[in-house]
Amino acid sequence: MDVLLLSIIVLAYIIIIGYTGYVAWKRTKTAEDFMVAGRTTHPYIMAMSYGATFISTAAIVGFGGMAGVYGMGLLWLTVLNILVGIFIAFVFFGKKTRKMGHNLKALTFPELLSRRFDSKFIQYFSGLVIFLGMPLYAAAVLIGMARFVETTLNIDYSIALVGLALIVALYVIFGGIKGVMYTDAVQGTIMFFGMLFLLFGIYYLLGGVTEANQALTNMSNLVPQAAAATGATGWTSIPSFGSPFWWTLVSTLILGVGIGVLSQPQLIVRFMTVKSNKELNRAVLIGGVFIALMTGTAFIVGALSNVYFYQQTGQIAIAAALGNADKIVPLFIATAMPLWFAYIFMITLISAAMSTLSAQFHVQGTALGRDVYETLSKKTGGASTVVIARGGIVIAVILAVILGFTLPANIVAVGTALWFSLTAGAFLSMYVCAVYWKRATTTGVIAGMLGGTIVSVFWLLFVYKKSAVALGLCNFLFGKATLITGMPWNVIDPIVLGLPIAAIITVAVTLLTKPMAKEHIDKCFEGM
Amino acid sequence: MNKVGGESMEILGIPDPWVWGAYISCILVTILCIVYGILNWNKGDEDEEDQIKEELEWEKAEQEMEEKELGF
Repeated sequence: MDVLLLSIIVLAYIIIIGYTGYVAWKRTKTAEDFMVAGRTTHPYIMAMSYGATFISTAAIVGFGGMAGVYGMGLLWLTVLNILVGIFIAFVFFGKKTRKMGHNLKALTFPELLSRRFDSKFIQYFSGLVIFLGMPLYAAAVLIGMARFVETTLNIDYSIALVGLALIVALYVIFGGIKGVMYTDAVQGTIMFFGMLFLLFGIYYLLGGVTEANQALTNMSNLVPQAAAATGATGWTSIPSFGSPFWWTLVSTLILGVGIGVLSQPQLIVRFMTVKSNKELNRAVLIGGVFIALMTGTAFIVGALSNVYFYQQTGQIAIAAALGNADKIVPLFIATAMPLWFAYIFMITLISAAMSTLSAQFHVQGTALGRDVYETLSKKTGGASTVVIARGGIVIAVILAVILGFTLPANIVAVGTALWFSLTAGAFLSMYVCAVYWKRATTTGVIAGMLGGTIVSVFWLLFVYKKSAVALGLCNFLFGKATLITGMPWNVIDPIVLGLPIAAIITVAVTLLTKPMAKEHIDKCFEGM
Repeated sequence: MNKVGGESMEILGIPDPWVWGAYISCILVTILCIVYGILNWNKGDEDEEDQIKEELEWEKAEQEMEEKELGF
């Protein structure tokens, strides 16, 4: 660790972020100022701040590491991130969600669903799912960040984890939520150029695009025996169809996150904060390019790090990272890139993770305070809600740290994917119906939500091997790792069952029940 | 699924069409976003004033919620 260099970079970073934060704060003291300033805000700022919330250490460290194991086939996730996470989300969901959120004066995602279907149950049930499920995702982001700091600064993982959790907790408690758009945009810009540097860097190091990819292709005989036995065929070819390796790559890593992004509460709320459809149109361009570069680079670098490590040490990436895929990207950056770059990259990742984490903790706090407590107690505002919401944040932080210690290695990407799958099973059918299907009934969507949630949670806790083993509840209750054994059940992601089951139940029950009152539907869809 | 015929075609040093397909698709969907953004750069602002007014009300309500319920 070069303390002087690190101090200079940290100081410079704090000055830049502090100055941007100050400028933003001066310009936007009230919501009204924010809007007035926002009218002249370049869409660049808007899109970059989206990007910084969307992409975190989980994407770069966790999924980059997975590409080191599963290879370039993971680039299908980049395709879905851009096509579903940006294009479909902004064009087909963003505008409608924004309008409906305003029509119904909904401030949270559960509130939007609850008002659209006129059911309080939807609000507190979704709030509860978010509060209980999201710590898995928060832990994934926290672990990703801690792994990066551990490797770059060469310090103990536990120290990194606790230290970072404390910094994040302070950041959240002292109001790190407001006025983050400008600082997010600065982080986004640094990340953008950092990833660009990394992409050119790795292809330059390895002698060009075709040469580097070819070198990786030539390494297919080096796939570890254990991986080959479960279907791995190399880093530039898709695993054998239907093998455990194939199911994990396709159902968990690609579909889970690629589709589940549409039902992310913290991202959906963002649609309601966009000030006009024009902004959304413009953000498609900037967001598309940003996500392409972020995730595309992370996955290409993760996969190609195999070539680098093999040339340098004679080992493939996962062996060089001592079996923990979460360490592949940090290790590559720490060994192959200049030290100043590693430090800048680390600081940027930390601050990006902090904005993602604070948004997550914030969503969990409001989920417990507003969606669960207020809905059940029928009180609005007041000291007790603040206590509950803040208590919720404290519990969420503690849970994330505990999970950070107890979850096994190779968990960042899987943890993220499972949270995305869970939300897809629980909310996606209902959300699609909310904005696209006027005929959908309250009973129909509630039945679908319950069906999707129960199937997803059951699968996650008792059947899907990676999560069932990591969370340990099945072993605790039944004394065995998973309830159902045998291929391919243990490797099929919850989304493959949860989402279609929820959709079928929603449609079937809807068709058996009476449509909602026309006046209510008209109010929801006014101007859409 | 991995091999097409006896001799598989390689693109950019990648033999499996399912993988170079992903590589190329990343570029294509990015272009889709760029083209959409350019074509619609100035669209969607027909009733921008109303949209902004609506958004302002929403922002105020959200800020109030944060102050009341989270104390931030």
